[in-house]
Order: sequence, then structure tokens, then C-alpha cells
Amino acid sequence: MLTVSNLHVSYGGIKALRGIDINIEENKIVTLIGANGAGKSSTLRAIMNLVKKEEGKVQYDGEDLTNLRTMDIVKKGIALSPEGRRVFSNLTVEENLILGAYTKHNKAEINKDMEKVYELFPRLKERLWQKAGTLSGGEQQMLAVGRALMVRPRVLMLDEPSLGLAPLLVKDIFDIIKEIHSQGNTILLVEQNAKKALEIADYGYVLETGSLVLEGPGEELLNDEKVKEAYLGEAK
Amino acid sequence: MNMSIQEFLQHMTNGISLGSLYALIAIGYTMVYGILRLINFAHGDIFMLGVYITFYGIGFTPIPWYIIFLLAPILTGLLGLLLEKLAYKPLRESPRITILISAIGASFLLQNLGILVFGGRPKAFPTPAVLGRILNIGGVSVATVNFIIPIVTIILLFGLNFFILKTKTGMAMRALSKDYEAASLMGININGIISITFFIGSLLAAMGGIMWGVKYPQIIPHMGVMPGLKCFIAAVIGGIGNITGAVLGGFILGLGEILLIAFLPSLTGYRDAFAFILLIIILLVRPTGLMGEKIAEKV
Repeated sequence: MLTVSNLHVSYGGIKALRGIDINIEENKIVTLIGANGAGKSSTLRAIMNLVKKEEGKVQYDGEDLTNLRTMDIVKKGIALSPEGRRVFSNLTVEENLILGAYTKHNKAEINKDMEKVYELFPRLKERLWQKAGTLSGGEQQMLAVGRALMVRPRVLMLDEPSLGLAPLLVKDIFDIIKEIHSQGNTILLVEQNAKKALEIADYGYVLETGSLVLEGPGEELLNDEKVKEAYLGEAK
Repeated sequence: MNMSIQEFLQHMTNGISLGSLYALIAIGYTMVYGILRLINFAHGDIFMLGVYITFYGIGFTPIPWYIIFLLAPILTGLLGLLLEKLAYKPLRESPRITILISAIGASFLLQNLGILVFGGRPKAFPTPAVLGRILNIGGVSVATVNFIIPIVTIILLFGLNFFILKTKTGMAMRALSKDYEAASLMGININGIISITFFIGSLLAAMGGIMWGVKYPQIIPHMGVMPGLKCFIAAVIGGIGNITGAVLGGFILGLGEILLIAFLPSLTGYRDAFAFILLIIILLVRPTGLMGEKIAEKV
């Protein structure tokens, strides 16, 4: 459904991605794992055209997204919940969600989607009128994911949704990702928490300094000796 | 120092109407700064263009003045939008100082273009007779325009407030001022919102300009410089990026200026210096301005 091929990205001469190929199939959870600076976020940002691609192609249902503007990629149904939450701290929770549906015009549908978000995150409903900047880190993460869901994405990309959250909340977030997936969404998940990510993923890619070093079904990677050693903290 | 209550009220009305005009112009600075982090130094000259468009509209077309008063701000708004496209947009990825220099250049260009096209000699603004009349209320004599200015300003401020707080576009504007990238991830058309920002800022400046022309009917191509600087100061005093702050700053400056002259006539020559002294004090005491927020981010 979403195919990235031969993706190269540089920041001021420093190579961040050196030819990445990723394929995301419909209704699957695909995960990108790797250490800090491996190029996980750069991949997502390049798909959304937030960073320039030096080389490479992004295709979506046969359509070429490579050079589209971010806003147009969003309109095609690809949403990114960015690293670090990036909620609009000066706007209320409700306004943040409304902006998630910026490209939508059907009021009834927007309200329906909002109800769905409240079902997933009842906490947000209690805080509707609060400025997003006053939420706790976990609540902000929920809002960031909820806001991305308001796009009604066909592909939802999540960048480090568990970063900086208390262990209990991390479990919640992963449960919610599974639930979002079970509602028929396609998910591309970027995580440092490799174990949790691989546990729920259908397919995984391992990134190392800008290159793919390994790929395979989630379970397979979970049992791979190299992955275990490098990312899951299990000695041989 | 002996001032009758009538005299005092007269000065107050005068100060409030000048403050209203400063407020309208200051909003343009603060909105553009909020979105682009740019001091649009050409804003005062956009204000001047608004005045001249009105001048020519009334003097050289058969269109009635009240229609011109509505059309000229729209046209000025479009010019402001064009200014952004030509002078700022190509530099959006450049260092901030580059775009600032471009703003100063645009300001000089517009002034000199003004001299070339409109002529450097002062012209008399064609004040509609209704607005020029002097009203006498309980011994306080006030030009009609000084009554109308605050009323029009308040209406415009309510409209702007509604737009920014209640409409989706206004929401997008606020989101954009916080985080470009996240805003584009919502599918927001960044360039479109920036254009709208320039349009509204320039439109309000032209509205202020028209009322300025009625109040001070002598117009020259450099007339935007001093109000431009003062309104920039008003925006900084209020806390640049904050619209309510800009309005507050405008009123403080306008009232302060008029009352200073009223109470201390010997300081009349320092009228313009007042704004700059106030700026220095504010920057020393409260650099974020009266309503500016401290920049704090949750990590």
C-alpha cells in the first residue's frame, strides 16, 4: 500500500539515510526499530516531505507521493504523530482535535471521529477545555495520537509514542495501538522500545546508521539472536 | 497644570482615538511576528499606501467615499499579501536576518515609489464633511472622527477576535504560530495562512490609515515611518506576538503621548521621544512585554 524505495536523506552533508526500502501492506502493523540516530524519524519525516529526499521514491497505492507537499500527503490519508508529541500547547484539547480534522468538512463525520477518540482516550474528554500545554506528558501523547486519528488516516505513522512515559502508560499506549489496528487501520510504528514494538508488529525493519540491516515478521525478529543481543537487552 | 474637566476629557478623547489608530496598526506587526517571527518594517508603508489609495479613490473616481473606505483596505490587504509573496516568501528558508533586511529594503522601496508615483509634496486628504464636523457635548468639543475612531476600532477588534478564536482558519493561524511542522501535518496550507495573516494585518493598517487621514489630513509618502515605528513599539510593549498586548500597547502609547503634551506642554517637542523612552523602560523592566509569555516548553 505504501512503498518507500531507495530513500536517501542528508542533513548538511551528513547522511542520515542511505537507501532504504520499506513496504507497508494494508491492515498491517509495521515497525521500524533501531538505536538513536539510526534514521527512524528521518524515514517518517521524509515520507511526509518534512525533510528533503536526496533520492528515492514514495508510492502509495500506485500514486507517486515523492514530491507532494505535506498538506497534500495528509489529504491522501497519511498521518504522522510526530516525535515529542508536538501538540499545540496554546490551543485547547478540543481545538487540537478539530485541527486534526482540518482537511475534513463533514461536521457529522468529524463529531463521530471525535467520539471515537474519546472512547479510546476517555481522559481527553475530561480535559476538553484545557490548554494542551497544561496536560501531563502521557495525556499529551494521547492527544497527539488522537489528533492524528482525526485525519482519518489510511496509514497512521507513530513516532516514538511511548517515549518518556511511565511504564504503565507505555502498556496503555501499546494496547491502544493494537485497538486502533483492530479497527482496520494500517500502522507504521517507530519505536526505541523494540520488544514491545515487535510483539505487536506483523512485520519489522531494523535500522542501523541509515541502512536496513534486517527485516522479517515481528515474531521472527523477536527471536533473532542478533536482535535479541542488540535491541532487546538479552545476552546470548 | 490647571486644567478644567472639559479640557481633560477633550484630551482623553483625543488620546483614545490616537491610541485606537496605533492599536490597529500594531496588530499587523504582532500578527506577522507571531507567524513568521519577522518584524515587517514595511508595515508602516503599507499603512501609507492605504491612505493614498483612499486619496485617489475619492478624488479621481466617481465612487462614493464610504464605498472607497471599504474598498481601499481590501486593496491594501492584497498589496500586503503581494509584499509577502515578493519580498519574504523567497527568503523563508534563509537566516532570519536576511528576511529582516528584505523588510527594511521593501520599506525604502515603497516610500520612494510613493514619492515617484504620488509626488513628494504634501496632499490634503479629502475628509468627508460629516466626519469633519465638530461636536460639542457638555462643553467638550470633539471632532466627529474622534468619536468614530474608537467605535470602528472596537468593532474591528471584535471581528478579529471572533475570527482568531472561533473560526477554523483562526485556529490554524494560532497553531501555525506555535509549530509550523505540526501544523502542516494537520493538512494546513501554510502559505495560505501566511497570506491571510498579511492580508488582515494590511487591511487593518489601511483602516487605521483612512481614519488617520481624516484626523490628520496632510499626507506625504513618508507618513508611514513614524506611526510605523511607534506601532512596532506598541506591539513590543504589549508583548510582540500577542494581539491583546498590541492593542493595549497602542492605547498606552496614544494616551500617554497626548496626556504628556497636555500636562507638560513644554515637552511637546519630545512627543516622538516618549515612545522610544517607554520602549527602553519596558525592555529593561519586562523584556517580554506586558502580556508576553515566558517561553517554556514541556520536554
